[in-house]
Amino acid sequence: MKNNVVTLVSVGAHPTSGRARRAEQDARAVELGLRLAGKDLQVLHAGDVNEPALRDYLGMGLPGLQVLEQPAGTDALPGLVAYLRDAGAQLVLTGSQAETGEGSGMLPYLLGEQLGWPVVVSLAEVERIENGIAHVLQALPRGQRRRLSVRLPALATVDSAAPKARQSAYGPSQRGALQAHEVEVVADEWLDTAQMQPARPRPKRLKVIKAKSGADRMKAATAKASGGGGKVLKGVTAEEGAQAILKLLLEEGVVR
Amino acid sequence: MSTVIRRDPRGEWIARNRLHPLHSLLQTQQARWAGPSGVLRKNPHAVGFIGPNALRRIDRSGAEQGVNVRRMAQPEAQLPLHQVLDPAFYITVVPDMVGGRLTAHDRDLLGLAHQLAGSTGAVLAVVFGEHKEATFDTAGIDRLLVLDGHEYEGYAPEQRVQALQALESQLRPQHWLFPDSRDGGAELGRRLAARLGERPATRVWSVKEGISVSRAGAGQQDLAHAVPRLILAAAECAEPVDETRHEVLPLALAPPALRTLARIEDKGAVAVDPAAVPMAESEFILSGGNGVKDWPLFQRAAVALGATQGASRVAVDDGFMTRDRQVGASGTWVTARVYVAIGISGAIQHLQGIGACDKVIAINLDPNCDMVKRADLSVIGDSAALLTALIAAVDAWRHGAARNAA
Repeated sequence: MKNNVVTLVSVGAHPTSGRARRAEQDARAVELGLRLAGKDLQVLHAGDVNEPALRDYLGMGLPGLQVLEQPAGTDALPGLVAYLRDAGAQLVLTGSQAETGEGSGMLPYLLGEQLGWPVVVSLAEVERIENGIAHVLQALPRGQRRRLSVRLPALATVDSAAPKARQSAYGPSQRGALQAHEVEVVADEWLDTAQMQPARPRPKRLKVIKAKSGADRMKAATAKASGGGGKVLKGVTAEEGAQAILKLLLEEGVVR
Repeated sequence: MSTVIRRDPRGEWIARNRLHPLHSLLQTQQARWAGPSGVLRKNPHAVGFIGPNALRRIDRSGAEQGVNVRRMAQPEAQLPLHQVLDPAFYITVVPDMVGGRLTAHDRDLLGLAHQLAGSTGAVLAVVFGEHKEATFDTAGIDRLLVLDGHEYEGYAPEQRVQALQALESQLRPQHWLFPDSRDGGAELGRRLAARLGERPATRVWSVKEGISVSRAGAGQQDLAHAVPRLILAAAECAEPVDETRHEVLPLALAPPALRTLARIEDKGAVAVDPAAVPMAESEFILSGGNGVKDWPLFQRAAVALGATQGASRVAVDDGFMTRDRQVGASGTWVTARVYVAIGISGAIQHLQGIGACDKVIAINLDPNCDMVKRADLSVIGDSAALLTALIAAVDAWRHGAARNAA
C-alpha cells in the first residue's frame, strides 16, 4: 500500500549565527517521511517562496515542495487546514516547534483540532501501517519508548528522538521545484499586540538560606547532603534485604 | 524552639536535702556578681553543666541544657496556615507528577500560581491517577482534584483533556498553568489550549505586573505579552512556596467527564537497552564501587534489573568500568529517580554527582559511611550475597507477574 505522507516544514535559524537554514526538527520529519513514502512524500511550507533556505529541504532528495504563499507574521493555520483537507493525506509529520517567530509549538494541535485528527507527540519510529492504523513508537523522556497504535489519518510531531536527517546535497537542491499556491492571508492579531525582543539571559536562581541564628547558617554552609532518617536494615539475611530493595524498586516503578 | 520550662520535683527535693549526694550539684551557683569594690566577679566553676559521663560540658552555642531545666521535646516547626475560605477565583495547576510525586518544576509552577492567586484566589491542583505525594500542603495547594479512574491510566491525553474541559465549564478558572516539560505537561497544555481555543503563552519564564515573558523561536528572542489565561511555564519560572502551609481541600468534578473513544491506544512501554540510554538522563542506575568484588555478578544484576550501569571513581580507576560510566564531580552528574549504590562509601564528590537523585539505595558493609546517611534505604551486608538474592528475587517476581497475567 502506498503511504500518503505530508511533511510540514518551516524555515529555521542557526542557533549561533541566526542565519536561515532548514529547521532541525522539520528536517527530521522530512527524513522520516522519506523513509515511509520515498519519492511520493509531499512537503508543504507556508511562507515566502523565494526563501533560499527552503532549497535545503529539496537537497534531501525531494522532487518538489509546495509553498502556500503568505507574508511573514500572518496566520499559517487556515491555509494549511484547507490544503490538508483536500490533500488526502494519511499521516502528516511536523517538527514540534519552529525555530523562528513565536515557536509556541501549537500548530500541530490546532491542525488536529480543526481537522478532527488525532495528534501523536514526539514520534520516534513508525513500525508499520495496516488497515488504517499506524503502529508507532513514541519517545519519552530519559530515553524510554512507548508503543502506540493510532487511527489514521493522523498528525505526528517529531523531535530530537527521531532519526537524524540526511545531508542536503547542492545538485538536487537546485533541480527541485518550488511550487507556489495562492492562499487567503489572515493577519495574526495576537502576535501584533505582543512585543518581540532579543532574549535576555535568565537570572540564575540563588540558594537562599533562611537561617535564624549563626549556628544554623554555619550548619547550612557546611552540612553534607543527607537524606536524614533513611531506613537502615542491619543484621538481616541477604534474602530479606533483597526483598526490601525490590519492594522499593517496584513502588518507584523502575523494575518492569 | 519551644522554651517551656518544666518543674523537676525530684531535683527540688534534692536541692532541699543537704544530706543527698547530689545536693551540691543542684545548688544554684551564681556565675557572676558585683564584688565589694564594684568589680564584676565570675565563678568559673559555675559555667556549663556536668554531662552524662561526669565531665563538665560547656556549650557556647546558646542551646545549653542546664541540670535543673527540662524542656519539652522540640516539636516540628509549623508553618502558618494559608486559608482561602471562599475563593474569588481559581488558578488551576496541572502538575506533571513524575513517579507520583511533585517535581521541582511543579513546585515552581505552584509558586507562580500563588503569585497570580494573591490572597483571594485559590490554587487548585489537578492530579491524574494515583500519587505518592505527602507534601501537597507545604507545596502550596489549596484545593486538590484527584482523577483516578482507570480511563486516565497509562497514556490517555484525549481523556485527560476531556476532564479538564469539564473542569473549565464547571469552575472557569482565571488561569490554567502547565509545566512546559517533556514529561507530559507541554503536550496536555497545548492540547487543552487547542480545545478551548485559548492562545497560550509557552515557555514562560517570568510573570510580572501583568506581563508574561516567554522564550520564542529557538531561544534567540523573548516575547512579552499581557498574561494570557493559559500559561505553559518553563522550569524556575517562580520561587516555590516555602513559608506557608495550605489546606489541600478535596474537590470533585461535578458531572464526571464523558468517556471518549480513544483514537490513540497505549500498547505499553517498550524495553529499551539500558546501556544505550545516556547515563545523565537515565532513570534507574545501578552503581558499583570499591566494595564490589564480583563484577560479572554486578553486570548480571544490572541486566536483571534493567538498570543503567554506573561506577564510582575508584572502580573506574581500577579498570572495572569505563571512564564514561563514572558518577560524580569529575564524571557524570546523574538525574536518576532511583540510584542504587553498591559498595560505595560516598565521597563528597560522588554525593555531589547524585545530588539530583530522588531515591538512593545503599548496599554497604559499613553502617556509618556517608552513603548510608544519604540513602533512603540501606542494607548492611555483603554485596555479593545481596546481589545474588536480588537477582533471584527479581526473577521470581517476573515469573510470578507473568503467571498472574496469563
